[in-house]
Amino acid sequence: MESKAHISIQNLNIYYGKDHALKDINVEIPKKKITVIIGPSGCGKSTLLKSFNRLLDSVDNVKITGKVLVDGEDIYDPKAEVTHIRKKMGLLSQKPYPLPMSIYDNIAYGPRIHEERNKKKIDKIVEHFLRTASLWDEVKDKLHSPASQLSVGQQQRLCLARGLAVGPEIILGDEPTSALDPRSSQNIEARFQELKQQYTIVVVTHILRQAKRLADYVLFLYGGRLIEYGPAHEVLENPKEAMTKEYIQGVIS
Amino acid sequence: MIKNRTPFPGRRLFADRFSEKILHGVVIVSGLILILITFALYYRSRPVLALQSFPSLLLSQGWHPSRGEFGFLPFIAGTLWVTGVAMVIAMPICLLTSIYLVEYSSKTLREWINPFIDILAGIPSVVYGIWGLLIIVPFIKGYLAPLFGISSSGYCVLAGGMVLAVMVVPVVIHISMEVLKTVPNELRDASMSLGATKWQTVKHVVMRRAMPGIVAAMVLGLSRAFGETIAVLMVVGNLARVPKSVFDPGYPLPALIANNYGEMLSIPLYDSALLFAALLLLLVVLYFNIVSRMILSGTRWSHYYYA
Repeated sequence: MESKAHISIQNLNIYYGKDHALKDINVEIPKKKITVIIGPSGCGKSTLLKSFNRLLDSVDNVKITGKVLVDGEDIYDPKAEVTHIRKKMGLLSQKPYPLPMSIYDNIAYGPRIHEERNKKKIDKIVEHFLRTASLWDEVKDKLHSPASQLSVGQQQRLCLARGLAVGPEIILGDEPTSALDPRSSQNIEARFQELKQQYTIVVVTHILRQAKRLADYVLFLYGGRLIEYGPAHEVLENPKEAMTKEYIQGVIS
Repeated sequence: MIKNRTPFPGRRLFADRFSEKILHGVVIVSGLILILITFALYYRSRPVLALQSFPSLLLSQGWHPSRGEFGFLPFIAGTLWVTGVAMVIAMPICLLTSIYLVEYSSKTLREWINPFIDILAGIPSVVYGIWGLLIIVPFIKGYLAPLFGISSSGYCVLAGGMVLAVMVVPVVIHISMEVLKTVPNELRDASMSLGATKWQTVKHVVMRRAMPGIVAAMVLGLSRAFGETIAVLMVVGNLARVPKSVFDPGYPLPALIANNYGEMLSIPLYDSALLFAALLLLLVVLYFNIVSRMILSGTRWSHYYYA
């Protein structure tokens, strides 16, 4: 591996009741690279992603065994503090879900819950991350109007800025462009390319072309198993496994 | 094969069209009933409205039917007191219970508790009245009123309010839970993934999003409390005077109607006055229902806004 592992997954098994969703996953996600998880619907892509920031905790009947190490710390250790773990990662979901408040408050929400009270500092954070998400120019005159008034593409960039505002090291994207039009998708992809200088990025997608455009590393899941993992050009152009090849050629889905 | 399956295609289609017409008719009839009742009540209360103006009916205190004085203030005040006390007791309970059940409890616990809440909502109100008579009234007389240095018979506004609160709670919990369930899980995830605690998420995101719906649930509860008759009538004392504290007896509008209609109708205009009271109740409850429905449908719109 070229660079250090940021997230290291060891013997991860996840069950929803009797449904064995993820089977013996072992993988190391490198620092400051874009890792793209591909695979057909229902193969466990989103489950794997959500296991990284313990969002599965609130699901009924879920059982998780194995380890997920972030910076060498096991996040499923009973002593681990879950809000601290989640703060390390920004999440972009399939559809943007702005919080039911103003544009400004959406960004300020994270810093505020982590007890940042200095108003000037919050103002700075809001502006800085809205710029990072290339949204500032579009919203600077209506910071205090409801976030729900933005277009879906703008909302997704708002959600990106909101996630960055708590100072994470990792960005998780769960098919973050699937609800967006092509231009907005391009915009989000461009942001990812910029952000990988500073952040480790993990993106779930079912669009192969997007995987090709974005990925440094590709992880192929099928039926809850890790089939193949490696640098993007190897997995996408010269897959070692027959299954990966078939998936990329569109034989299986 | 296919030919044999429908021997009378015409009849099948006829039944289809006919059933739609019948259902349509039934819906219209039930809507008409409401309009007819309202109109009938207005028609029958016209004599008393001719005698006294609307404001003076509402705001004068004297209730002397035999002298032709019909002041509804004591009854309106009684209704407001009892309803107010009930809401003050019930609302925090409803809010906290529904938040706990939707946001915190396990699915198993929620499924166990739900039937209990539904049964509570279905208990006949007379049973609540008896319970109030046997437990609440002596409790207020023996413990609560002396605690404040007041002597009370126990039959008072507070007793009515407490009984009502218990009756309103299951209804409001039920609707509030439905409202909380409409808040998308992704919104909770969004907040949690920023490192918010569960409580921060509930307080700043879920509650903010669900607030209009919760208010609507409470207004519906309020309208139920407003019209509840028998259980309140049994414990509230029924004295036609404006109550000055929660330990004073009161006489809510529904109790007035139930106690007197059909008994003292030899007094001129008495029945007209009682039907005026009924009209008043109907309009207020109708108003509350319309308001809460408007708020509820408003949340459904905003659902699309935020999605």
